[in-house]
Amino acid sequence: MNIIAIFKGLATTFGYMFRRKATIDYPFVKRAHASRFHGLHELRRYEDGMERCIGCELCQIACPANAITVIGAENTPEDRHSPGERYAFRYEIDELRCIFCGMCEEACPTDAITLTPRFEMANYTRNSLIYDKSKLLVPAEYGVGEAPHERPGGLPADLGEVARIKSTMEPERGYLATWRGIDILTSEGKTYMPTPAGGELVREPEKLKGGE
Amino acid sequence: MAVFVILAVALIASAVGVISAKNPVHSVVALLTNFAALAVLYLTLSGEFLAMIQMIVYSGAILILFVFVIALLGAGTSVGDLGPNRLAKVMTPAVIVGALALVVLGYALLHAQNPSGGGMLGAATILPGSQSQIAAVTIMPGADGAFGSIADFGRALFTTYLLPFELTAFVLLIAVIGVVVLAGGGAPERRKAAIREPIAKPKRRMEPTR
Amino acid sequence: MIEALPLWLLVAIKSLVLLIIVITLFAYTMLAERKVLAYMQLRVGPNKVGPWGLLQPAADALKMIFKEDLTPSSADPLIYRLAPFIAVFTALLAYAVIPFSQGEHGPWSIANVNAGILFVFAITSMGVYGISLAGWASGSKYPLLGSVRATAQMISYELAMTMSVIGVILQASTTSLSGIVEAQSRMWFIVPQFLGFLIYIITAVAETNRVPFDLVEAESELVAGFHTEYSGLRFGLFFIAEYINMITVSCLATLLFLGGWSGPGSSGHPLLGLLYFVIKVFAFLFFYIWLRGTLPRLRYDRLMAFGWKVLLPLATLNLLVTAIVVALWY
Ligand code: SF4
Ligand code: SF4
Repeated sequence: MNIIAIFKGLATTFGYMFRRKATIDYPFVKRAHASRFHGLHELRRYEDGMERCIGCELCQIACPANAITVIGAENTPEDRHSPGERYAFRYEIDELRCIFCGMCEEACPTDAITLTPRFEMANYTRNSLIYDKSKLLVPAEYGVGEAPHERPGGLPADLGEVARIKSTMEPERGYLATWRGIDILTSEGKTYMPTPAGGELVREPEKLKGGE
Repeated sequence: MAVFVILAVALIASAVGVISAKNPVHSVVALLTNFAALAVLYLTLSGEFLAMIQMIVYSGAILILFVFVIALLGAGTSVGDLGPNRLAKVMTPAVIVGALALVVLGYALLHAQNPSGGGMLGAATILPGSQSQIAAVTIMPGADGAFGSIADFGRALFTTYLLPFELTAFVLLIAVIGVVVLAGGGAPERRKAAIREPIAKPKRRMEPTR
Repeated sequence: MIEALPLWLLVAIKSLVLLIIVITLFAYTMLAERKVLAYMQLRVGPNKVGPWGLLQPAADALKMIFKEDLTPSSADPLIYRLAPFIAVFTALLAYAVIPFSQGEHGPWSIANVNAGILFVFAITSMGVYGISLAGWASGSKYPLLGSVRATAQMISYELAMTMSVIGVILQASTTSLSGIVEAQSRMWFIVPQFLGFLIYIITAVAETNRVPFDLVEAESELVAGFHTEYSGLRFGLFFIAEYINMITVSCLATLLFLGGWSGPGSSGHPLLGLLYFVIKVFAFLFFYIWLRGTLPRLRYDRLMAFGWKVLLPLATLNLLVTAIVVALWY
């Protein structure tokens, strides 16, 4: 038994007590994460308020977790939801099954289903985590976000660009998150990174874009 | 008196519990109660030291070994599983030995009135402030001479009862040697091989990455 | 006014006050442990319930109370229920004789008995029953292994612990705890009994089943050791017992080796003495937590070898030397 080593260890732990702590006081202080973060889904609209989703069910087929259920229906001139022939009559995602892989987003031909960086959706019942259209569809007044001008899958640098613009939130200002029903805007354009020394590395979010 | 009656009832009840419990661990718990009640009985006789030693030695060391062995050997087996009931065969000798013990005990109790007789209650008759200064321990103020004090106890043990004390120690020593002989058998190399370090020590010391 | 009270009432009031103090102390030792460990690991620890997390113990207690109390079907129902109570009962009983300061009419304790130190050892040696019976009564293998380990470990280390303390008793030539403190008025026993002190500290950690000797509940091997099957308040009782035992051995270490309540200017000022006592006890408690934050768990055979082949011979040697010195020079 190496007694010196024991004392060395004791000295180390004692010294660490006075170091800067790595903890981020989470619900009150939030780290901005990568702008390509895969979080909660949303269903987008066109500028004129039309739903992008055409009820093609490609996302349902692409989903590896079988989390999506789409039931399409025909648009009629009186009851038009999307510019195409069909629209999603019902659209449900079981967020408990979802693995947030983003396959649905890649499969969608009209960029309707999109993953936002929001991730705080804890709730008390399973049913409340099956998100239907009323929760997924972005209300018209919230805007449409920028349409991606290129499909993902190209160069890694492009991926970053596509991801940056795909959210309706503003990545430069961190992300919108909810806590106990209150929307909290955090990070003030800074990225918090814990380092082994307990310090933090502050980077401007612009440097994150374009493939990190 | 009321305390004595309660303690006596607890003692007898727990003693019956020890031999009547089906499950050995229940017996142990009953025995623990018994020891505790006995310790309190000593306390009422102002045998502070004796009570504490009773708890430390019997309940704290010996009885816990019972629990250890029972837990290790599996207490799931009940009495019936271990083969035919042999109680009937040993009943007669047991009764005879028990009766004999009772007679001896009664005789000793009756003849213990004489303080110098050194009967079974002799320990209670030690005169306070005996002359021997053999104990290196200086006596605690206020405790010297008090009945059941540690100093008196130690003095009696090392003077009046030196021979029985040493004999008992000797008997225990024999038991210890016996255990070592029985359990520690086998060639030394073989034992060594059995307990050698299973993991080879790394040649270089790993430095923590900084 | 105090003299007018009947003795039983006085004792009852004293016990109640002490009980409340000890339980509060337990709660905040637990919080302090979480905080200190967190700080050593570059975290901040509980900080949400109340200012700086100070109400965390209350929240934990509520949580324990409202959790479901499970009894496994393979358990022995009677002993399974009894074991946590044995653990807490024995843990609390030790405080009947521990003095905290010296007043005008004698030491501040519930009872000032001559065989005080023996009483504490007798009671703490009962504490192992709580653990070993709990493990056995749970009726599953991990608790059983934990309790078998506990029993072997406690017996082995209790021997060395008692041996190390007998040196102090010899030197103080009394077994009363307040007498031992008085005997240290010239010099704390940590100086002449330094070896005994070291042995006591090590064995005390082992006796309370704390890191690095927490083989009893080694979670990497035994899930949670002897209390794997326990839940709710019964688990909480084991928790209480563990921490109270920790405070007990810290109090004992203070009384036996660090001069108890003695310190500069403490004679005639019981409250100052109490303050010294508390500071010393807290220092020991911090040391325990510090150890937990630093050392990894021992391997079981090494634990046993250390106890029997290092600590016990050393304690015996210490006892022998002390006995000779006391016999020749005192
Ligand atoms: S993110 Fe992946 S798992 Fe989740 S719904 Fe889309 S395809 Fe399915
Ligand atoms: S979200 Fe996209 S892929 Fe899914 S049904 Fe609608 S249009 Fe098709």
